[in-house]
Amino acid sequence: MSGAHTEEHHDTHQQSWWSTYVFSTDHKTIGIQYLFLSLFFLLVGFCLMLLMRWQLAYPGQPLPIIGKWFGEANMPGGVMLPQFYNQLGAMHGTIMVFLGVVPLGFAVFGNYLIPLQIGAKDMAFPRLNMFSYWSFLAGGLLMVSSFFLPGGAASNGWTSYSPLSDIAHDGQTVWLISMAIIIVSSLLSSLNFITTIFNLRAPGMTFERLPFFIWAQLITSFLLLLAFPPLEGAAFLQLFDRLLGTSFFLPTGLFVNGQIYNASGGGNPLLWQHLFWFLGHPEVYVLILPALGIVTEIIANNTRKNIVGFPIMRASVIFLGFLSFVVWSHHTYLTGMGTDITAFFQTTTMIISIPSVIIISTLFITLWGGSIRFNMPMLFALAFLPMFGFGGLTGLPLGLAATDIPLHDTYYVIGHFHYVVAPGVILGLFAGIYYWFPKATGRKMNDILGHLHFWPTLISMNFVFFPMLIQGLMGLNRRMYDGGATYSFNHDILYWNVVISWAAWILALAQIPFIFNFFYSIFNGEKVHSDNPWGATTLEWATPTPPGHGNFTKPITVYRDPYSYSLPGAPRDFSPQDQKEI
Amino acid sequence: MEHPTEEFIPYIIESRPDTGLYNAKFGIWLFLASEVMLFGSLFSAYILLRVGSFSWPVQSEIQNVAIGAINSVVLLSSSIFFIRAWVALKADDIAKYKKFMSLVILFAFVFLTLKGVEYYQHFSHHEYPKTSVFLGLYFLMTGLHALHIIGGIAVNSFYIGPGLKLREINKQWFINRVEVAGLYWHFVDLVWIFLFSTLYLL
Repeated sequence: MSGAHTEEHHDTHQQSWWSTYVFSTDHKTIGIQYLFLSLFFLLVGFCLMLLMRWQLAYPGQPLPIIGKWFGEANMPGGVMLPQFYNQLGAMHGTIMVFLGVVPLGFAVFGNYLIPLQIGAKDMAFPRLNMFSYWSFLAGGLLMVSSFFLPGGAASNGWTSYSPLSDIAHDGQTVWLISMAIIIVSSLLSSLNFITTIFNLRAPGMTFERLPFFIWAQLITSFLLLLAFPPLEGAAFLQLFDRLLGTSFFLPTGLFVNGQIYNASGGGNPLLWQHLFWFLGHPEVYVLILPALGIVTEIIANNTRKNIVGFPIMRASVIFLGFLSFVVWSHHTYLTGMGTDITAFFQTTTMIISIPSVIIISTLFITLWGGSIRFNMPMLFALAFLPMFGFGGLTGLPLGLAATDIPLHDTYYVIGHFHYVVAPGVILGLFAGIYYWFPKATGRKMNDILGHLHFWPTLISMNFVFFPMLIQGLMGLNRRMYDGGATYSFNHDILYWNVVISWAAWILALAQIPFIFNFFYSIFNGEKVHSDNPWGATTLEWATPTPPGHGNFTKPITVYRDPYSYSLPGAPRDFSPQDQKEI
Repeated sequence: MEHPTEEFIPYIIESRPDTGLYNAKFGIWLFLASEVMLFGSLFSAYILLRVGSFSWPVQSEIQNVAIGAINSVVLLSSSIFFIRAWVALKADDIAKYKKFMSLVILFAFVFLTLKGVEYYQHFSHHEYPKTSVFLGLYFLMTGLHALHIIGGIAVNSFYIGPGLKLREINKQWFINRVEVAGLYWHFVDLVWIFLFSTLYLL
């Protein structure tokens, strides 16, 4: 039986360089592979947006210096063509969501930390884990390479609404195939994570003792497992429409360029929207929950106290997971759904804000009376709270049909969800990188460079996204190639486009200290002298630094709740979970 | 031992007491849950498109219900053979296991052949996916199902071929894997029952 020889002789395991660093089945190596790849994709997606911001701020003016690099087909004489703008927009959304933030929050931190925090030696299915990574790499590279197709990349927004995307050029076909591959990858990751959390917990690690990060990853995994397949089904349907001439999403009598479109008809464009948003809304929580998990760990650690209302938080995140499957149609109020259905989705949308507010509130209340340490991870985590809260609050008008209908196709929506994802989730993920960097490398990231990264990032992000809310309330339409200059009623607010664009470029400059810091600190950062430099309680700090193959050097037993900080009578202000006496 | 994980990962062979499952069984149930959502999305698409359509063919008239019914019997039989193969394996009767597993694979091929005959009949009547929304759904859903059958054939063949090597390392481990493959096979079978009812009879 395997149980008999699970403990022994893993130190003698000899592996080649390739199987250690490239085709590795070790969860930590895979996590770090995901880290480099998803940070790379984040940068790519961000650069696409920087290009778009030029066109929005200075429509029709040639982009100096680098404008000529993009070819005559995309930017003749450095002036961006509308088709290219649309490609950039669609690919910015797709890359940021599916190739950047989701892998960074879910796959990177999940892979690296789940076995460590539950006291396991690896994932339940290590080879499947490796397969997930390599299929993600294949899907991601295929997606990005679609820019080099004759017609360019997909250009129908990250939502790929039919019927436009049914009749679009070949970039859309590649988009669908890449998405199918990426979905398979995340599906396998999620079932791997769930099995690991249920079956590989160390002795004594009951569900009550799981850190909140694990709970967040568990719920995220369930969302990915159950919400992604419908998008895969939808992708098959759209592929059939595009390649075999079916009409699942094409209505009878569709006119294109003034002529009736040659299709058998009988389909329904709304079907795509519903299948897409059935994924799309749980996907929002897939973006948020890992960041919430990370921030919870950091706040408990740096306030040196237990999370207030931890059981309520746990219940909230479970409730949130269930509810996220029945709110999707608040994205489709504009389609003219009946009032009964609208009322249902308004109600569920208002209800789902309750668990989110509970989670944020418990984190805020935890700060009360804590002896807060303002280190780099904590600064990012503290910035996450109001930014994410603000993003959530600006979403309330969008959950109600009466206010959503005038706002939906404006920059207000862009401002809202970017507040959730950029100053919200991405700051949370940065916090995680700064927090667990010493565990993965044995060195801390530099604090001065950290401040040079944090403050300009926080300020410029607000200058990027807050003006969008103003513009949206004034009626500026989204997806406008010229930034809205076509319509005279926009002329009073066009100057904000220039402000936003310069803020975005400053935001780009503010990432340089981070990139430098990241690579510099791997080799030259200040060494940590302990396996537990932050004085944390969870199990990942009970490993050597960096953890070797097999993670733990001694058998792990868990004795207490995850955030046992400042227990009365304890000799130190933290009592690790694996330590018998407090 | 060539299995890279065997030294590290508990509950590959015996079940974890508090969850009652070994890892692979846990994983396959989760996988099947996601498969339910995948086919579920296509069934919902079917419902929405049919309810919203102006005209819908009388399915039993353009479908070969006889072949569909025979195919249902074929797949159900293969599921029964699978159980008999697994029981034989647990009883350590490897010859009987191989016999029944070969029958599973043979019946899967019979299913695919009959499916091919149906497709051929449709094509010879100039009925293609683009002919109507119903036919599009028919070809997509049965095609996706056929891909699952092909995947099942590959897995099942592996376990009477090279996969048998695992049995020499640990018999229970091998039995577990066949059980997991069986769960998948029964699921594919079950999907067909829904497909047959929806696309032929309703």
